[in-house]
Amino acid sequence: MRKQRSTFLFSALCFGMAFLYVPIFLMIFYSFNYSKLVPVWGGFSTRWYGVLFQSEEVWDALALSLQIAVVNATFATLIGTMAALALVRFGNFRGRMLFSGMITAPLVMPEVITGLSLLLLFITLEGIIGWPSERGFTTITIAHITFSMAFVAVIIQGRLAGMGQELEEAAQDLGAKPFRVLFDVTLPRLAPGMLAGWLLSFTLSLDDLIIASFVSGPGATTLPILIYSRVRLGLRPDINALATIMVLAVAIGVIVAGWLLFRQQKQRTREMQMAGK
Amino acid sequence: MSQVNDAAAGHYGDRPWLAPGAVPFIHIQGVSKRFGDFVAVDNVDLEIYKGELFALLGGSGCGKTTLLRMLAGFEEPSSGNIFIDGADMRSVPPYERPVNMMFQSYALFPHMRVEQNVAYGLKRDGVPPAEVRRRVEEMLAMVELSDFARRKPHQLSGGQRQRVALARALVKRPKVLLLDEPLAALDKRLREQTQFELMNIQDKLGVTFIVVTHDQEEAMTLSTRIAVMDAGRFVQIGTPTEIYEYPQTRFTASFIGTINMFEGTVVRDGGGLALDCADLPMRLALPEHFDGGEGQQITLAVRPEKIRMSKTQDAGGGAVVSLPGKVRDLAYMGNLSIYRVEVGKAVVQITAPNQRRLDQREITWDDEVHVGWDTASALALTE
Amino acid sequence: MTRGLQTALARLQGGWQSVVVLVPYFWLLLFFLVPFFIVLKISLAERIIASPPFSPLFQWAEDGALTMRLLFDNFVWLWEDELYVETYLNSLRISIVSTILCLLIGYPIAYGISRARPTARTILLLMVILPFWTSFLLRVYAWIGLLADQGTINNLLIFLGVIDSPIRLLYSEFAVYVGIVYTYVPFMILPLYANMEKLDLSLHEAAADLGARPLTTFFTVTLPMTLPGIIAGSLLVFIPATGEFVIPDLLGGGNVLMIGNVLYGEFNANHDWPVAAAVAVALLVVLVVPMMIYQRVQARESGI
Repeated sequence: MRKQRSTFLFSALCFGMAFLYVPIFLMIFYSFNYSKLVPVWGGFSTRWYGVLFQSEEVWDALALSLQIAVVNATFATLIGTMAALALVRFGNFRGRMLFSGMITAPLVMPEVITGLSLLLLFITLEGIIGWPSERGFTTITIAHITFSMAFVAVIIQGRLAGMGQELEEAAQDLGAKPFRVLFDVTLPRLAPGMLAGWLLSFTLSLDDLIIASFVSGPGATTLPILIYSRVRLGLRPDINALATIMVLAVAIGVIVAGWLLFRQQKQRTREMQMAGK
Repeated sequence: MSQVNDAAAGHYGDRPWLAPGAVPFIHIQGVSKRFGDFVAVDNVDLEIYKGELFALLGGSGCGKTTLLRMLAGFEEPSSGNIFIDGADMRSVPPYERPVNMMFQSYALFPHMRVEQNVAYGLKRDGVPPAEVRRRVEEMLAMVELSDFARRKPHQLSGGQRQRVALARALVKRPKVLLLDEPLAALDKRLREQTQFELMNIQDKLGVTFIVVTHDQEEAMTLSTRIAVMDAGRFVQIGTPTEIYEYPQTRFTASFIGTINMFEGTVVRDGGGLALDCADLPMRLALPEHFDGGEGQQITLAVRPEKIRMSKTQDAGGGAVVSLPGKVRDLAYMGNLSIYRVEVGKAVVQITAPNQRRLDQREITWDDEVHVGWDTASALALTE
Repeated sequence: MTRGLQTALARLQGGWQSVVVLVPYFWLLLFFLVPFFIVLKISLAERIIASPPFSPLFQWAEDGALTMRLLFDNFVWLWEDELYVETYLNSLRISIVSTILCLLIGYPIAYGISRARPTARTILLLMVILPFWTSFLLRVYAWIGLLADQGTINNLLIFLGVIDSPIRLLYSEFAVYVGIVYTYVPFMILPLYANMEKLDLSLHEAAADLGARPLTTFFTVTLPMTLPGIIAGSLLVFIPATGEFVIPDLLGGGNVLMIGNVLYGEFNANHDWPVAAAVAVALLVVLVVPMMIYQRVQARESGI
């Protein structure tokens, strides 16, 4: 009986992982296809990578997307951390209910609504104060910060709630003023969460199509907008090549991060064992 | 067959294993359990009789919980057999075994009310609803929780949860009730009270209880017999008195209560044998039960309460062993005091009842004293 | 003098805390809350050929008083146009079915992960999260290659002799379901896993000990205990799936209409901003209850 169940769970896991990964692997596989028709194998080739690298459009879009992603991640981490601190540590202030509602709402808000509403805001602002005079880098970044900070705030909130306040109290007891405590104790302890938040914001920004396509102007084409305009017309081998590069970059990033984490953990266990003796 | 058993049990009260022709109710035969390279339970044999309150006692990782889980059916033995009431339990799943378990965490279903928790097992057996209701009510009345039937587990105190867990396991009228650290989650006062409740319930229902515990006091007060476990094996099986008064090994002696131990070599001394202990200024007489020979390395063990102490040369009537020492430490425990007396290079621990008030006490810090005990009170341990 | 400096410093000490609260607060007010009111306002305006293409809501009436013109025409129009009503129901149907499919697929996977050995658990969890970090758009795109008429699945089926000529997979509702399930199933797995990981295994043992067979244990203990995870996961799939735009566009190819597409179309192709805003408001009305339930579930989960 127990065997049966674990066989079932095992096949469920195998099926699930195959479901998640087979499409990605096929996409990578066909990026090395010589043929222009993606699913028809015409021999091994890297020519679509050449096509991709020679496209100035792609480089421009990538540069814009990376710039937005970095600026977004940095500001979102900063403001998101502030929001989490405000919610978890500063207790009750006026409008706290509204604040906590606004912080979590972007997490589940359909992107079409966020995108539309921000665009309408920018247009209204332009009509009233003349800013933003053109839509592009600034407007996309502001839109991305607005939803990324919500994700950061949730991550940091979880960390703050889980870590208790004893260390902060100890620091205060030893004479540190609240501002010092924040920089000496709280922020260092939040650093891993802030890093996670930064990386998540970076990825979210790099991934966003809908909001960006609402709030971007004619001159600003981000990478997802470019990809979308191409794949709408069907399969394109150069997009397969681009997908392969992006998947590889993420995989390498995750493996390196995992390895670093593993090594750090091992070092820690070893140190603890040594200390134990 | 069982009639004979019951009659025998009746006659022999809470010592059914002594009855002539008694048949063990639970029979554990050469059972081992390995997890990879780790041997949790190592080829143990055990017979438990009907109506016993049997304790498996040992430190963490000694295999006691694994043994209990094998009885419940959550683990299969790697080798060996388990019989309950004559039936081989091999490959009988937990939900078909005639045993129920009270979990250490209580494992109450948090989404069910108290009454639903208690009724759960009966419903699984297809007991008619009216009878389920009657038996649940009866059981809750017994554990004095009738007023709490409609509460959820998180609305109960620790002691109440413990009683729900007990009721839930007992309502199925199992042949054996397994209890995994039943009192560990309670505070000291509640623990003592609950101990007696458990004993009363066991007495009333006549169900065989097997209790796993790491608390030697709990095992001593609760059980008819104790099996002391270490590294997957039984070190000693016996009644609480046997285990306390006549431990067979150093492990048992030190695990149960406090004991003074003197290691040394057996030497010929005058007419008989004595122990030469490097740390002590003089040799120690050996108890009569010692049947070893000269040159043997042994440990002489004496319980702190068996040692007398006096300011005069003679440490009191008939003591054969008497050693000079100096009081180094003294701890006041209310009803009794613990003295730590330096004798040679050794420190001897002595407990004495506080028959007088603290300020009138005869012996205090830095007093020169003589400590001594009846040779018959000491134990010569070879293992 | 020094005292003045000290009080100024002391005020600053309290000041940084207000900065910490006020910066995110005003950011959200300005870029999250205010835009909604603008959407609401425009949804009640009239379309005019101008830039911006809607009539102002506040107008100076001839007698000099400020009057507000509210037009519910857009909503009436939505309600009377069969296309819109149908699209709404269609979106709801697609997202509900997708949610159920995600649950059926995600539940055993989450359960399998939570019961795996610790090292395997970490790796499996990482494998579920990993696609999150790769582009959503490209993951949808990957299915075009699989489902196209000359795609991998059709090629394979023809090669195996199951079919003679390609069957229509892409640009159908089926393809939209596949796309939604594929991209959203991690949203189902993760909350379920988080819930199952906390499950006390001894509860299962207790059920077995009390005579429950594995299937009974599943329905009387596991399922009710994982209900918060099921609700959280289902909402995390249902809410964004209802407003989905990319998947019906790329995999449905115009044959499957969902609210998101209509909104995008009204806005970008028809330039009918008031109607687009009205669509957005109507979508929000549908989703506001599930969103509030989700927030409540989340709050309770993190509260205990």
